[in-house]
Amino acid sequence: MVIADPPAPLLQMRGIVKIFPGARALDGVDLEVRQGEVHCLLGQNGAGKSTLIKVLSGAHQPTEGAVLIDGEPVTITDPVSALRHGIATMYQELDVVDGLSVAENVYLGHELSAGGFTARHRLARHARALLDRLGHREISPNREVGTLPAAGKQIVSMARALSHDARVIVMDEPSAVLDAGEVANLFRVVRDLSAQGIAIVYISHRLEEIREIGDRITVLKDGASVASGLEVAATTTPDLIRLMTGRTVEGTFPERPGVPEDAAPLLEVEDLTLRGVFEKVSLTVRAGEVLGLAGLVGAGRSEILETVYGARRASSGTVSVAGAPVRPGSVHRAVDAGIGLCPEERKSQGLVLDEAVYRNITLPSFTRFARSGFVDERAERAVAREQVTALDVRPADVDRAVRTLSGGNQQKALLARWLVHGCRVLLLDEPTRGVDVGARAEIYALVRALADAGAAVVVVSSEIEEVLGLADRVLVVSEGRVVHDGPATSIDEHGVLDLVMEGRVA
Amino acid sequence: MSGQQDAGSSVSEQNDAAALGGRPPSTREGTSPGRGRELLGGGVGRNAGLVLALLLLCVVGYATAGERFLSVDNFLTILRLAAVLGVLAVGMTFVITGGGIDLSVGSVLGLATVWASTVATQTMAQDTHWTVMVFTALAVGTAAGLVNGVLIAYGKVVAFIATLAMLIGARGLAEIISGRQNQIVEVDGFLDFFRADFLGVPVLVWMFALVAVAGWVLLNRTTFGRRTVAVGGNPEAARLAGIKVQRHVMYLYALSGLTAGIAAVLMLARTTAGTSTHGQLYELDAIAAVVVGGTLLAGGRGTIAGTVLGVLILTTLTNVFTQNNMSISAQSVTKGVIIVVAVLLQQRFANRSSAST
Repeated sequence: MVIADPPAPLLQMRGIVKIFPGARALDGVDLEVRQGEVHCLLGQNGAGKSTLIKVLSGAHQPTEGAVLIDGEPVTITDPVSALRHGIATMYQELDVVDGLSVAENVYLGHELSAGGFTARHRLARHARALLDRLGHREISPNREVGTLPAAGKQIVSMARALSHDARVIVMDEPSAVLDAGEVANLFRVVRDLSAQGIAIVYISHRLEEIREIGDRITVLKDGASVASGLEVAATTTPDLIRLMTGRTVEGTFPERPGVPEDAAPLLEVEDLTLRGVFEKVSLTVRAGEVLGLAGLVGAGRSEILETVYGARRASSGTVSVAGAPVRPGSVHRAVDAGIGLCPEERKSQGLVLDEAVYRNITLPSFTRFARSGFVDERAERAVAREQVTALDVRPADVDRAVRTLSGGNQQKALLARWLVHGCRVLLLDEPTRGVDVGARAEIYALVRALADAGAAVVVVSSEIEEVLGLADRVLVVSEGRVVHDGPATSIDEHGVLDLVMEGRVA
Repeated sequence: MSGQQDAGSSVSEQNDAAALGGRPPSTREGTSPGRGRELLGGGVGRNAGLVLALLLLCVVGYATAGERFLSVDNFLTILRLAAVLGVLAVGMTFVITGGGIDLSVGSVLGLATVWASTVATQTMAQDTHWTVMVFTALAVGTAAGLVNGVLIAYGKVVAFIATLAMLIGARGLAEIISGRQNQIVEVDGFLDFFRADFLGVPVLVWMFALVAVAGWVLLNRTTFGRRTVAVGGNPEAARLAGIKVQRHVMYLYALSGLTAGIAAVLMLARTTAGTSTHGQLYELDAIAAVVVGGTLLAGGRGTIAGTVLGVLILTTLTNVFTQNNMSISAQSVTKGVIIVVAVLLQQRFANRSSAST
């Protein structure tokens, strides 16, 4: 090949910043994708991958930064304009309509029609051609998409991208829902596409996959690209892990005083099983102890918490608090027994967003302030105000709708809820997701203070450094099984990542 | 916004002013003011708007029908007519605030009037006490509501479908029981009590007032009301906070059935007959009144005061049309327009108030 002026890369993103109220989701991302390459996007949960994809697909507008296609700056205002610029996105939760046929799904949104009537035969013919191009002759264009397995739906999604003449296809963890054989087929299709000159932005947690399929890698960490366009062949796995995890919040974790040997077990979980999700999980948390649960999303971490809490009914196994068994499958009983949960999805699972802060704080306990069925708002406001002051929730106005608070302050309101209720076992699912650095330190200190006051705390987090820094003891979960249980000081981030990524028992 | 965050205690005062426009729309995250204290379970300003609309309607009534409209007798007529719909709408406010819908209230009302006025019931009432009729109507209403509630809360049937089935089924049952005949009420004690005046105001109107006040207290001052708002606002969050959401949903439909039973008693007294056609399309008027009143159809916010005003607006409208001998059809068209205009106005009002803070 003659070395001339190198052509402008197909797609460039420069200095992309995306600010949400109360959170900097992207903080300077550079990405350069060349024609016909498979460009891998790597990063831990919360590193900003999803937000970046949404910027690319037009779902979000960047606060700062530029997107260039063929060297020309473009503005992607919405999903339709992303497609017009040749960028198609395959989301993890595939956006196909189960009730429509394959062909109708492929041409969804730009239906082929003749004078307002659907051109069914032409539609089927075009869809057939696209499926051929993907090497999937066996999928009939007339088949109902709902009857296809996940792998088939992915192919339909890809055919849709091709129907838009996409030049860049963004694939968000396409292998997450596939078995080994299907993954091999996916890779074959990806290679075919890139041979046809289409660039693939491939997102995955699995390092070995990236080694197999990727040409170049961009690594995201805390919303910024810490490495752009590394050649896969020239980068070692330890380098990648170091790039993904390099510490940034060191020093914000509170002191761990150590749990006294004779501390009584407060939460005891024995052989808890939720069929198809996790198997025989046993754990004990003593008074004053913080237990960290590490693992990938989908490994069963949140489900374990929710099952302990009674929000899901366990297939088998027992949960007891201070020696007394808790009736399974009843949140009400769990709360009565002194268990509290701050759920993963703060807004959809935790808060009644349009209700006042004090009502959110007293949601499990307002009956306790009530006299013969009549609520005592004065008393509720008083205790809520106490906690709001103690936890430094800002603004310190308990009558404000909780929706208007930032992520960190909403999380504090949730913690205040259980402080008011007075629980002995606190389950925290991703307590610092969407929370800025300052508030994180406060939440860490609060969790530690609760443990010091005699509570048993379980923390689930996708950020391994958080689990290691905050917890006394760490449990690693992989594919529904506990693969490691030991003191937080006896394992490092690398070790946890190894376990998490490969499910190998140490 | 940042100014507000620093302002601390003065914020709530601003919010009270901001709340005049009602709750800001959910999409304006992070820029919307808090709601502040709500004395009437909804924005005071929104209720003021409804009062204004009602007064406007009265002006139109006076201008077109003159003294015939603006008489004490006519106002009492309006209130008497509003009583049945009003009681239904109070129950409906709870169901809608809790995130549901009850299409069956009109039919259940009809069924309850029929059941409470059968020969058997009336004979028993005459032998013992006229309140037997009342209890029959309330029991029939509550039982129908419980069936709805169990189906929706525990059977996981969509509320729209479950109550639609009850709408059809209860009407049919009422026809079977009554043989499609008018059942004249002949229990004097019943008629004497409910058709009387108290302090110059019909007992029917007092009943409506009683139900409205009880509803207001229940929604705004009790744990039941708090649960209703929480369940309607975010059922998952309510469940994860230990609230028994299913049981509460069941109670909400039972409550709506109970108010349908009360409305049936008022209807029996007003018309002195039970018939299977009583209450036809009342469910739609009740829903319209609730929505015009400012209760969020998606759940999570309800206002009894608004509902009462919505009922009065719809009933006064009917009265103005009747006074002018205008057709039922023209009346329906106007009602439709008013519902849309009321909702549009409320949305605009809410948008503006949140944008200006």
